[in-house]
Amino acid sequence: MMHRRPIAAPPANRLLPGALLAALSAAVAATTLTAGPAAAQKAGFSGAPVRVGEINSYTGLPAFTIPYRQGWQLALEEINAQGGVIGCCELQVVSRDDAGKPDDAVRVAQELVTNEAVDVLAGTYFSHIGLAVADFAARNKVPFVAAEPLTDAITWSKGNRYTFRLRPSTYMQAAMLVEEAAKLPAKRWATVAPNYEYGQSAVTWFKQLLKEKRPDVEFVAEQWPAQGKLEAGPTVQALAAANPEAIFNVTFGADLAKFVREGEGRGLFRNRKIVSLLTGEPEYLEPMKDEAPEGWIVTGYPWDQIDTPAHKAFVAAYTARFKESPKQGSVVGYTTMKAVAAAITKARSSNAEPIVDALAGLTIDSPFGPVTFRASDHQATMGAYVGTTTVKDGRGTMKDWHYADGANYLPPDEAARKLRPAE
Amino acid sequence: MSELVVRDLQRSFGGVQAVDGVSFTLRSGDLLALIGPNGAGKSTCFNLLNGQLRPDAGSVRLDGTELVGLPPRRIWALGVGRTFQITATFASMTVAENVQMVLLSRARRLFGLWRPAAAQFREPALALLDRVGMAGQADRPCGVLAYGDLKRVELAMALASEPSVLLMDEPTAGMAPAERLALMALTAALVRERGLAVLFTEHDMDVVFGHATRVLVLDRGRLIAEGTPAQVRADPRVQAVYLGDES
Amino acid sequence: MSFLLVQALSGLATAATLFLVSSGLTIVFGVTRIVNFAHGSFYMVGAYVGWSLIERFGTTPAGFWGSVAAAALAMGLLGAAMEIGLLRRLYRSPELFQLLGTFGVVLVVQDAAAWFWGPEDLLGRRAAGLKGSVDILDQPFPLYDLVLIGLGPLVLGLLWLLFNRTRWGTLVRAATQDREMASALGVDPARLFTGVLFLGCALAGLGGALQVPREAVTLHMDMAIVVEAFVVVVVGGMGSLPGAFLASLLIGQLQAFGILVFPQITLVLVFLFMAVVLVLRPHGLLGRAEEVPPTAPAALTVPLSAGTAAHWWALALLAALALVPLAAGDYAVILLTEVVILALFAASLHLLIGLGGLVSFGHAAYFGLGAYGAALLVKHAAAPMPLALAGAPLLAGAGALLAGWFCVRRSGLYFAMLTLAFAQIAWSVAFQWSAVTGGDNGILGVWPSAWAAGKAAYYWLTLGLCGGALWLLRRAAFAPFGYALRAGRDSSLRAESVGIDVRRVQWMAFVLAGTAAGLAGGLYAFAKGSVFPTLLAVPLSVDALVMVLMGGIQTVTGPLAGAAVFHLLWSEVMSATDWWRLILGLVIVALVLVFPKGIVGFLAGLRGRA
Repeated sequence: MMHRRPIAAPPANRLLPGALLAALSAAVAATTLTAGPAAAQKAGFSGAPVRVGEINSYTGLPAFTIPYRQGWQLALEEINAQGGVIGCCELQVVSRDDAGKPDDAVRVAQELVTNEAVDVLAGTYFSHIGLAVADFAARNKVPFVAAEPLTDAITWSKGNRYTFRLRPSTYMQAAMLVEEAAKLPAKRWATVAPNYEYGQSAVTWFKQLLKEKRPDVEFVAEQWPAQGKLEAGPTVQALAAANPEAIFNVTFGADLAKFVREGEGRGLFRNRKIVSLLTGEPEYLEPMKDEAPEGWIVTGYPWDQIDTPAHKAFVAAYTARFKESPKQGSVVGYTTMKAVAAAITKARSSNAEPIVDALAGLTIDSPFGPVTFRASDHQATMGAYVGTTTVKDGRGTMKDWHYADGANYLPPDEAARKLRPAE
Repeated sequence: MSELVVRDLQRSFGGVQAVDGVSFTLRSGDLLALIGPNGAGKSTCFNLLNGQLRPDAGSVRLDGTELVGLPPRRIWALGVGRTFQITATFASMTVAENVQMVLLSRARRLFGLWRPAAAQFREPALALLDRVGMAGQADRPCGVLAYGDLKRVELAMALASEPSVLLMDEPTAGMAPAERLALMALTAALVRERGLAVLFTEHDMDVVFGHATRVLVLDRGRLIAEGTPAQVRADPRVQAVYLGDES
Repeated sequence: MSFLLVQALSGLATAATLFLVSSGLTIVFGVTRIVNFAHGSFYMVGAYVGWSLIERFGTTPAGFWGSVAAAALAMGLLGAAMEIGLLRRLYRSPELFQLLGTFGVVLVVQDAAAWFWGPEDLLGRRAAGLKGSVDILDQPFPLYDLVLIGLGPLVLGLLWLLFNRTRWGTLVRAATQDREMASALGVDPARLFTGVLFLGCALAGLGGALQVPREAVTLHMDMAIVVEAFVVVVVGGMGSLPGAFLASLLIGQLQAFGILVFPQITLVLVFLFMAVVLVLRPHGLLGRAEEVPPTAPAALTVPLSAGTAAHWWALALLAALALVPLAAGDYAVILLTEVVILALFAASLHLLIGLGGLVSFGHAAYFGLGAYGAALLVKHAAAPMPLALAGAPLLAGAGALLAGWFCVRRSGLYFAMLTLAFAQIAWSVAFQWSAVTGGDNGILGVWPSAWAAGKAAYYWLTLGLCGGALWLLRRAAFAPFGYALRAGRDSSLRAESVGIDVRRVQWMAFVLAGTAAGLAGGLYAFAKGSVFPTLLAVPLSVDALVMVLMGGIQTVTGPLAGAAVFHLLWSEVMSATDWWRLILGLVIVALVLVFPKGIVGFLAGLRGRA
């Protein structure tokens, strides 16, 4: 039940003392005595290392998390090559797999804090796992930089002092898409979303925001497949039966591929506009090859078309290091680790409270441009690319895209502060 | 004084009539033998009497109470004990614990969660084991006993509930001749002392004719003869269907 | 109208896949009496092999169908290999060993597949020549799905011919009805069984390869399909081929139309359907009541050893454990808290398995119910910790009271399958009743009261409560109740004939075990501060079985040692490798084949020999 795999640093020495060993049988003791090398100070650094505990769904959703891991590894190498954090200390990362299960995530978070003595927690992909780790972080007063979980609750209704989030939330991305969706003539809408935190909050915001801009639209059907267990044929058919003019899709990964195949086969997308969250990200678009949908309005990451200097430098470094093109996850992993390092350096401390204070209002340079963690709601202003999907040279990509800066899609500080529980 | 009245029992298995219209009466003091060739329906008869099988028709009354339709444990509670052809004891328990189990069941203490079972009813259990000659092996696990010893443990278990009727399916199978006679002598003594009514099946004709007070002969599900050992021995039909081809 | 027709056709396409997979499962069960957990793995590997072949050869219709057939054949061979290498040694083992052995294969195959094909989802080609759709009453419908719909009855027909018109089929049917008789007929049962595994696994592989044009091939396919196939087999009647066909049709339609009416509770619906069928027809739709239920030989007739001076050792251990927080750091205390909780969980399962001979494959349900009982009281009633902790065993006990009533009516494998069914129902309710349980999000903020908030304080509380519960369980094991439970296991015939109501005793044992597991679950909830549906899921039930098996079944101390070793292995050794599934799977298979008596039994054996 408690599965995990370490990725970067070797485990530090086990903290099981002799008294405990005596209490257990010899067989048990033998397994606990595998003491690794202590987290020793390395040459070239004058201070003690600062440790980051990193958790993600490496076996749960490898399509996203493996590029993500490569992203933060690249950042970590850059940081330590440039003298580490606070100009004195090595940044060390202890990475764990949560296997896509929130209880595993909480367990490894506990282990990272008490056994590996990490100073900061970072990572997570699934929204419910992000929420679980955020709750743990607040309880144990450990800074937590949530990388990917998109739920709004993590910064708003369940926001807490210790948790910050990098990616644009479902609210922000829904708002970006609603901007485009509102321009469509469609009045009858249907939605399909995985039945968990992320899907629920995405659909809620999309409906609310679209209704605000277009009071004349109505939502005629909703489908809520269990994440990873989409019954594609019947779901597609049920959506078609409601005869919507446009569809808002939130499914991703293997479910998305199934949905697209069945939808094409059953003509669901004929003469309909599809607005789809995250579908423009290469980790989801590229596996579909030439079957990638055409003309969907999506948020995503057209990595091969962005020519800002910051982004070009990132792509060059990433491609040189890993011999493959970056995915959205690569940018998230890279920026997450850069943000953690910047916060530690700004705080000039490895202690929780100074780091939390440093994260509030912290601005860093990301491959997408400058990003600020708002002090009001701990949400970063990282944006997303909004555009239309197309198939080029036998693979899916985006066209007619623009960068939607996250700052423009967030409520003002005062309003955001009110969304958070009183501290 | 107890009386088990069996009337017109019927039971078939997939078209084969295993027990066909069997009627007899078993009274206190009887040591009634049920004999017949293999496949005559003896074990089925036993299983009908103690509720393990349900008859297709017929009745079994113990002192006027209808037993047909009751589960085995209810029939047991009314005073009908039994031993099995293929021994069935609780193999993971000691000999004494097997008997204690029955005593606990009789005292309705099976759902006790607190007092250790091994300490309850140990003395009465040992007394019963002494009676069947097993006291010396009281603390051995049943799983390792010889077959003949298991039969004696089964008898002690059956006696532990102080039944008025005892059904013994081949009680001496697997025993040496001397053991057989000893066990039957013990059974006969119990019948006399306690006014027990015993129905037993047996292959060994010496045992049957040496101890039974009366004999029932079953052939292909039907009773073909009933009477004292001497009468049955003299019955030509019995000699034809049974004694003729067995001995 | 046309919409309903097309929706029904979609259901039929789902049903076709379900039938292909579950027919293999039910055939293997019918003959070998083994519930092959690894069946889903053959489906998954079939899909992976199919994907590889189709990528290479699937550009023409002949290449596509040839690839599918080759994948099926390969899975058949792999299944035959598993029969020879593993199952053959397990036919005479208790069902616990059979279920766990095949589960070990599941874990090994998962890592093997990840190693061969990588962790990414693989989207294969569409079927050559069948890419388009046809209009049915103006509704477009994929051509490929139509072919699948046809394949279901075709395979059923071929299987019928095989079983009714060939000598081999006749022998298999004879073996299904009476294994002893088959060997009396002069058939080599070993070869017959190898053949049956070949057939069953080839069907699973066929089902998997046929999915390639429909969906991405992933490492999660195995468990998803085996649970569904298991539902089909139980609903249809275990071992019944027409039953599996009928059940596939019904479940396919249930899913197709269920999402129209209840789009949010599709999972609950299926398991609820299974529960209703089982209540109305305990043997499934077309299953037959058997005169004698299939029983694996009860190997556990060794006396339960109390041990000399056991309670002095227990007190010494308790005292030593109580002193640990004075010397150890937080992590060791957290780890020990978990060990103590799992020890109670394992011991509660041992009550059923070790004493009752009742192999529960869904014991996590009661652990999870306990955890949810506590968490729901905190979330919805703002209950303080002591009250919430009291609620944990109560909810779990109530759940066990309900489920146990149905489960103890069956024995052996059927009991195991029913417990699994109820656990799946509990899991799907926790998973999809979001308004109450939080669904996937679980329930957060289940933290201990201030006085128990420290790691050491909570550890002492856990130690006290679990120690007390373990002591009560131990008393119960040696009290008349534990003896009555063993009596029912040793010989239910004899037990019934000396006045023991075996079912009632087993039912109460089920409740007692569920209640104890619930207490463990409640303590776990507060130790972690959160609960999630995974606490009721199959993997945790399997973990509990492994703990019991690891420690050894024949002693009351076995499960405690098993829980400690298992959990410490897990957290200290498995984290050092990427391949923990492989290691765990191999450990399970080794336990099943080589150390069936577990650690404590093995040590006792060494001592006995010395």
